[in-house]
Amino acid sequence: MSAVRDTGVEGRPEDIRAVPVRRPGRWIAAAVVLIIAVAIIHSVATNPRFEWDVVGEYLFDERILEGLRITIELTIISMAIGIVLGVLLAVMRLSPNPLVSGGSWVYIWFFRGTPVLVQIIFWYFISALYPKIDLGIPFGPSFIHGNANTLIHPFTAAILALGLNEGAYMAEIVRAGIISVDEGQSDAAHSLGMTRLQTMRRIVLPQAMRVIIPPTGNETISMLKTTSLVSVIAVGELLYAAQAIYAVNFKTIPLLITASIWYLVCTSVLYVGQYYLERYYGRGSSREEPLTAGQRMRRLLLIRHEHGGGAGGQ
Amino acid sequence: MTEPMVRAEAVHKRFGRNEVLRGIDLVVEPGEVLCLLGPSGSGKSTFLRCINHLEKINSGRLSVDGELVGYRDVGDKLHELRESEIARKRAEIGMVFQHFNLFGNMTALENVSCAPIRVKHESREQARGRARELLDRVGLADKHDSYPSQLSGGQQQRVAIARALAMEPKLMLFDEPTSALDPELVGEVLDVMRALSTELGMTMVVVTHEMGFAREVADKVVFMDDGVVVEEGPPAELLANPRHERTRAFLSKVL
Repeated sequence: MSAVRDTGVEGRPEDIRAVPVRRPGRWIAAAVVLIIAVAIIHSVATNPRFEWDVVGEYLFDERILEGLRITIELTIISMAIGIVLGVLLAVMRLSPNPLVSGGSWVYIWFFRGTPVLVQIIFWYFISALYPKIDLGIPFGPSFIHGNANTLIHPFTAAILALGLNEGAYMAEIVRAGIISVDEGQSDAAHSLGMTRLQTMRRIVLPQAMRVIIPPTGNETISMLKTTSLVSVIAVGELLYAAQAIYAVNFKTIPLLITASIWYLVCTSVLYVGQYYLERYYGRGSSREEPLTAGQRMRRLLLIRHEHGGGAGGQ
Repeated sequence: MTEPMVRAEAVHKRFGRNEVLRGIDLVVEPGEVLCLLGPSGSGKSTFLRCINHLEKINSGRLSVDGELVGYRDVGDKLHELRESEIARKRAEIGMVFQHFNLFGNMTALENVSCAPIRVKHESREQARGRARELLDRVGLADKHDSYPSQLSGGQQQRVAIARALAMEPKLMLFDEPTSALDPELVGEVLDVMRALSTELGMTMVVVTHEMGFAREVADKVVFMDDGVVVEEGPPAELLANPRHERTRAFLSKVL
């Protein structure tokens, strides 16, 4: 008979208590970082030209909040257009029909190959190119028609420019995601009698999400900041709102700080959202579910508690 | 006279210039278990994939249960089937893969109930009920809610078999079902396959290197090499007294 090792709490061997190695390099590095941080905070807090009182005064100004609303609106609509267009372009790109995949390639080539600022201005001046717009069946009846100047106002131009541009980037992200899913998954789905569409929707895309979500989160954060570019065509988003105020009172720096604070708040919220989305779509891909920030904190406290209070504890 | 379950006549398959199948003639009767043996690259797996049209054959005729695979006879011409028709026929043929290919985003239960819900339009409760029964039958009663990544290879392969069975196929194809498994897990998968044959009388085509399984369960063994059938016969005969030199050479390496 072989001896059974006692793994119970009673027989747990005592933890090693050794004198830790001294690491002077770490202490010096930490001190340097601390000194720099204190210096920056001191200068920011004491330099009167930051005019923090003005920042506070305008942080919840109606015009700034209205700008923030438009920035968020632009981000959401442009990303929605970009994601839908991106999935469509990615599936087209992988089509066996050369005209379909070629069309997608040309689209991506064009919209990734020109600066988004140029595209924004271009859409703004589209009425110079097409004074009249007819939306309908080519060479057939039209459903919407009218003067381009009245149809394409700055907000529409901004949405078109940002959304169509984003579509090209999202297409590449989605395509990378689809390719990352093993071909055996499609084989298995087909062998069960699923059609190509069902296979894409039920099997491939959900698994591609794990690869698609992180860069899409980055794109959303990037989009939030890119929306500031449309201030050049006088869309009243956050930066434009700040500019409009400092054009009158010349408080340029405080108002730029105000805008920056709001940008930081929004990107921080997006970071958190991205974390939970990744966690959701990562299920089934690793043996253990990653912990949420709250769970990690609880676990950390629990371990502390166990070490401090000996055995037991919940 | 009953139709054979699978009938292949002079089946050819090329990948570019590479001729993988060079005239396969083969018959599988209903209720029969046929084991395909042969060295790697001999075209066994490709032939298996042709049977449910995962690969298109280049020439010859291949039919399942009396109906051509992928085509329809119209007068003296062949018409390609529409995608939905191909899908409908595939739904009647179960397939089990070397690397399991379980859907990674679904639990074992969802893997098994997915196709009945989406393809056969069964109600959710009905499909899940049967999925539970099937998982119990393959010995995974406690793993219904596990994701594939949380299961061992042998467990994954048993889920894959249950997934194929959930569509109530009339024919099951096994593509080296135990080749990716650790040795000690091979037995549990073979046990499930053996039960399929003895208890359900399932018609099975099995590409395998498990000579013991072939000897014990197969009604017929086919030895393939270089894209052709070299010889076929009852397992006791073919494995003990191979007539062909190539068969003999192969068997001497694997037995």
